[in-house]
Amino acid sequence: MTRSTTAVPVARPVASGAGTPAVELTGLTKTFGPVTAVDGLSLRIEPGEVVAFLGPNGAGKTTTIDMLLGLAQPTSGTVRVYGQAPADAIGQGRIAAVMQTGGLLKDLTVAETVRMTATFFSHARPVTEVLDRAGITGIADRLVGKCSGGQQQRLRFALALLSDPDLMVLDEPTTGMDVEGRRDFWTAIRQDARAGRTILFATHYLEEADAYADRIVLVRQGRIVADGTSAEIKNLAAGRLVRATLPGADQVRLAALPGVDSVEVRGDTVLLHATDSDAVARHLLTTTAARDLEITSRNLEDAFIALTATEAPNRGTTTAGDAAGAAVEDRRTR
Amino acid sequence: MTSTASPVPAVSRQRPPLGGFTSTFLLLEIRRVLRNRRTMIFILVMPAVFFLLFGLPQRGQTLDNGSPATGYIMISLAVYGAMVATTSGGGMVAVERALGWSRQLRLTPLRPAAYVTTKVLTAMALGLVAVVVEFAVGGLSGVRMPLHVWLLAGLAAWIGSLVFAAFGLFVGYLAPAENVMQFLGPILAILAMFGGLFVPLEVLPQAMQDIARFTPVYGVGEIARSPLTGSGFTLGAVVNVLAWTVAFGFGAARLFRRDTQRV
Repeated sequence: MTRSTTAVPVARPVASGAGTPAVELTGLTKTFGPVTAVDGLSLRIEPGEVVAFLGPNGAGKTTTIDMLLGLAQPTSGTVRVYGQAPADAIGQGRIAAVMQTGGLLKDLTVAETVRMTATFFSHARPVTEVLDRAGITGIADRLVGKCSGGQQQRLRFALALLSDPDLMVLDEPTTGMDVEGRRDFWTAIRQDARAGRTILFATHYLEEADAYADRIVLVRQGRIVADGTSAEIKNLAAGRLVRATLPGADQVRLAALPGVDSVEVRGDTVLLHATDSDAVARHLLTTTAARDLEITSRNLEDAFIALTATEAPNRGTTTAGDAAGAAVEDRRTR
Repeated sequence: MTSTASPVPAVSRQRPPLGGFTSTFLLLEIRRVLRNRRTMIFILVMPAVFFLLFGLPQRGQTLDNGSPATGYIMISLAVYGAMVATTSGGGMVAVERALGWSRQLRLTPLRPAAYVTTKVLTAMALGLVAVVVEFAVGGLSGVRMPLHVWLLAGLAAWIGSLVFAAFGLFVGYLAPAENVMQFLGPILAILAMFGGLFVPLEVLPQAMQDIARFTPVYGVGEIARSPLTGSGFTLGAVVNVLAWTVAFGFGAARLFRRDTQRV
């Protein structure tokens, strides 16, 4: 399969210079038999960043997180957390994770769970403090088995706070919560994140990534397909599609136009995805023989699906060069 | 409230001593199992009821050496209670694996060895409770034995039940199921029968007696009752206990290693 997509090269200023990154994944690959779940993924996260790992189910998010946490061994590639192997970072309580489900004993109370977990660390925050910060002081004496999904999730968050971790990883933390539960949960996380903790969370909710992350890393089929601030990703997603009839279109020239992400030629029809559709339209109408010009906007959801949908056989899609290869593979064009 | 998280830790972080093993952890675990009503019924109430049903009617009967038959039954049932207790204690790992708690623990500095040690100690604490309760029921029901018999038989029943803590761990790492004790219960009952805990082995057919010698309860039962019967125990009984402890311990260790390395 040809690689028609490349990551959107959003220029990330290398924050805080030559410091040790909070997370450094290099060429990370994980295969399960014939299935490649994670495919040469590289990612660098600076301390203090709040990063959303966004992608549809089966994109390889959880597998990547498992490797980041040392729960799974990469087939190839390396994982470094604050310069250390995951097991060492966990041994020192520098990483904490809030997993999607499970991981709690039903026959302990909320407070007992926190107290028990606190004993595993050499320095743990006081139990009352983490209960308070997670907003579950009121249910401290309730049996875990009697707590709602949202309450259990806040308990997991409280456990993650115990070691005062440098990196907190959350794997689809709000799955199955109602809107209010989700908002409360994120409020607690955001309040806590102020202190400069690095946070990486996986989600398949676009709006969640948008609302709570400083940076969004979009994954599809085990690869990063876009990486940028929320605004940049939205901008990318908010681009428009320009369609015109133009026999003998010069793909390369069109791709080089400012703001053009991708160019597709189908017979006499040319389809351009661009952030600045006005400029493209002006160019087409003034300097080429294009006619029947049509501009359609694509909503955020559509763009997300286009960016993360399973790769289909290519039909002459040209990415706009290496430099601007946003590569919105527009199979959905009608 | 103080601001807590610092981007780069100023304090040097370190692993906890003893791999994370603490008395707080152990006590919370013990409290947790004692809270489980079903476990309590199986390890405390059932053996006690068995004694009242099957032991008390033998009141007044004596063994060949003049010791009370009720003492014989009481010790046997104490062994039974202890083995059910330690098996379910060890078997807790099955529940914890099924619930994903073991996975959660892997995200903490707790060392797997400290976890297993805590499980074994919890199982043994539960086993001790089972022996003490059975002996208390016996004593209150009129069983009279010399002090050293109480002590030695009790210790043998308790320490011998280590075999079953290993057995529980072995099964716990074999089958991650929340209901592991439901199928272990009948197995334990059959083993207890072969160990002569419900009826003396001598009343069983010879073929079963021959098989019984090689089953894991036999050795513990023989040794625990020997202070009372005065007939001592054979080398075979000692070998039986040691061999099964090693076998289950080894099996549990292998599965445990597979479990912690699974990726």
